[in-house]
Amino acid sequence: MGERVLSISGMSKRFGALQATQDVSLHLHAGEIHALIGPNGAGKSTLIAQIAGSLKPDAGEIRLGERDITALGVARRARLGLGRSFQVSCLAEPLSVLRNVMIGAQALQGHSFRFWRPVDSDPRLLAPAHAALERMHLAHRADTPVAALSHGERRQVEVACALVLEPQALLLDEPMAGLGPEGSARLTELLETLKHEVPILLIEHDMDAVFRLADRISVLVAGRVIAHGDGPTIRRDPRVRDAYLGD
Amino acid sequence: MSVTLLIEQLINGLQLGTMLFLMASGLTLVFGVMGLINLAHGSFYMVGAYVTALTTASTGSFLLGLAAGVLAAAAAGAIVELLVIRRLYGRQHLDQVLATFALILIFSEGTRWLFGSSPLWLSPPEALSGSVALPGGARYPVYRLVIIAVGVAVAAGLYLLIAHTRLGMRIRAGESDREMIGALGVNIRRLYTLVFALGAALAGLAGSLVGALQAVQVGMGEPVLILAFVVIVIGGIGSIKGALLGALLVGLVETLGRVLLPALFGQFMAPSEAAGAGTALAAMLIYILMAVILAFKPQGLFAAHD
Amino acid sequence: MTRPHLSPPHSPAAATPAGPRRWLDRQRLVHSALLALMLLAPVAAHLLGEVYYVNLASRIALVAMAAVGLNLAIGFGGMISFGHAAYFGLGGYVAGISAYHAFDGSLMMGLPGSDDMRVIWLAAVLLCGLLALAIGAISLRTTGVYFIMITLAFAQMVYYFATSWPDYGGEDGLPIYLRNSLPGVDTQDALSFFLICFAGLVLSLALTSRLMKSRFGAALTMARLNETRLATAGISPFPIRLVAFVISAMITGLAGALYADLNGFVSPSMLSWHLSGELMVIVILGGVGRLFGPLAGAILFVMMETLLGGLTEYWTFFLGLVLLGVVLFARQGVIGWLAGSERHG
Repeated sequence: MGERVLSISGMSKRFGALQATQDVSLHLHAGEIHALIGPNGAGKSTLIAQIAGSLKPDAGEIRLGERDITALGVARRARLGLGRSFQVSCLAEPLSVLRNVMIGAQALQGHSFRFWRPVDSDPRLLAPAHAALERMHLAHRADTPVAALSHGERRQVEVACALVLEPQALLLDEPMAGLGPEGSARLTELLETLKHEVPILLIEHDMDAVFRLADRISVLVAGRVIAHGDGPTIRRDPRVRDAYLGD
Repeated sequence: MSVTLLIEQLINGLQLGTMLFLMASGLTLVFGVMGLINLAHGSFYMVGAYVTALTTASTGSFLLGLAAGVLAAAAAGAIVELLVIRRLYGRQHLDQVLATFALILIFSEGTRWLFGSSPLWLSPPEALSGSVALPGGARYPVYRLVIIAVGVAVAAGLYLLIAHTRLGMRIRAGESDREMIGALGVNIRRLYTLVFALGAALAGLAGSLVGALQAVQVGMGEPVLILAFVVIVIGGIGSIKGALLGALLVGLVETLGRVLLPALFGQFMAPSEAAGAGTALAAMLIYILMAVILAFKPQGLFAAHD
Repeated sequence: MTRPHLSPPHSPAAATPAGPRRWLDRQRLVHSALLALMLLAPVAAHLLGEVYYVNLASRIALVAMAAVGLNLAIGFGGMISFGHAAYFGLGGYVAGISAYHAFDGSLMMGLPGSDDMRVIWLAAVLLCGLLALAIGAISLRTTGVYFIMITLAFAQMVYYFATSWPDYGGEDGLPIYLRNSLPGVDTQDALSFFLICFAGLVLSLALTSRLMKSRFGAALTMARLNETRLATAGISPFPIRLVAFVISAMITGLAGALYADLNGFVSPSMLSWHLSGELMVIVILGGVGRLFGPLAGAILFVMMETLLGGLTEYWTFFLGLVLLGVVLFARQGVIGWLAGSERHG
């Protein structure tokens, strides 16, 4: 196992009477895909929100590499290398795919209080954005407004937006949702190659993809991690079968 | 600074507060249920006052005038809702602001066209034009006390309506989930028209009552409208409880500030300077209050939703 | 751990499809026509000796400039400020107060007045910027209707403050007896002053255009369309919005300073919420978020005011009807109607 890239310790979050996240600890190591699975309502998206910084936990600590990022906001964490894709596409609908991705390239190159040079002809922004789109097989859709894209294509744009940040760690929230078998297969291939460059914390319901891709799996039920291990271990675990896998 | 003056201003503050509550409750109800911001609310205030003044002048009965004013405002509200407001639900706030701003222009200039710029005459009915003795010996107009009583009665009535009637239930349901109540078979269109007309009626009532104290003229609703917005922002947009608390707070601060601040400044400034600085600060006071509250609670004291 | 380097496989092809270019031409045509009209009409009027119309053109140019500032906040920034009159009026009062003290040689808080327009403009821009920084820092923490209301309330605060200050005219306003001066220019001459106003308008349009094409503009656009996406991409929305808000206030404030000089009078109505509303009306009449929307809207508004106002003193009744019609049925405004809908990059 490589070094720890992302460490979450003792994360807890309560909403009124509901304990959405209970003392969750998990780690992401270099070169791996760590999948997070669990039934609906288990708190997976809430957990991702806390890791990304859009939701403030009641307790817990997050480290990116050596650095404690618990007190930092979403934008700061993104600049430090935490890329995230959303379960429900979160893109600027009227803008083109390219523009949606380019904004990520901008943040890496210092502050945005640059008022003079036009963005449209700036190769320092165009190049990384196009490269990210190439990676996601979306280069041909660069100038299309997001509103005209299919659901599956939007998921791909989401991943491209995360990639353009040159991330140290990726949080992918159900990237396969809505992709047909061909799209899922291509994304699976991509993630397999990608994990060697940047480790991925993957939330997924597509169990085939999970068992194929994941080096390690954590199972989240009712806000707690009830099981942890590699694919075969999880498949055999009776608690997991009860709570989630069924049969 | 005598105690009697203080008491008198305190009651004035309560009176302003209750009138603001009438305005603010309608405004916040419409926003809470329909998600709509309505700048033309002040026009309903004006319509109520005008119809009351005209009806009282021709029939000689203030009570009749009052009833007519409230009904006219409600009718105006219903018509406006059917013709214009209906098309604004779900649209951007900017569109709602501009469309209702257009309504202000139409109502104000239309009224000026019909009745001219000079104020109409309206005075409180004979029976209520006396005064009572306050502790300390000063005399206070009965009419103003009656206004406070009416305001309290309306507040109680609204509470009963919202907490204990079917309409109130639908209003509360509408506030929490607009799509849902449609699915539950409630006639949304009728509910919205009713709520809007109710809000307009409250504004009309306020205008009619205050019209007997101050001038009934074009644009009378605008300063009150601005204050009402401050009230609902402080109280929390969509919250009637917040509107009540906010209204009393604003009414008291606004009234007492104008009296106390120049006096306060007079302690360590020359009288003429104190008057100037005191009045200036008093005029700004409720906005400062609002800014301070929003700095700590960006959604008002009783943040509802939206 | 090294971060993945995404090397570009090839340089991106330049995109010049036929569609956008055609649209670009139509919009450019409309823009050029508006500017030409704006420049040539007063020149013609001057040659015909019609000073009134030259001054009218100045008025249109300044109202348009104020609306350009507001459009940056509302249209491009998505921040519905209902209190921009505060900046318009502050600019005006800066011009008036400075001229007042220059006129009688007295000091304002230890500083002498000036009747040099350059000093006034600099002061107006700086002070409006500072005011917007303070107001924006508080207001931009709120959203939606709260933001609209709080900007309105702050403008009201400035209004009441100004009208209760007796030294500078209070509710009666402050006259500027002698128009302020600019070296090398006869500012008293109507056409010369118009050219100053026109220059101000063109400058603010050029600035806005350049700004919105830059990285800052890209961030601002994203802040307006999807601020979660912006934050997730590593840029915090608040500072971007605040800077845009401040710049927008500076533009409107400078217009106000010129406006006071045009009229020779600083009226407290420059601070009223009616003016804030009128500026918003102008922006929407022309087309929200369209670069030349404020100019088209200002021309339309002032023309209506002059022509309709000549016919009836109740012209704002008809303005209300037109506005209602535009909001309900012709939302894209004049520019949208003339130049088609905008395309995003």
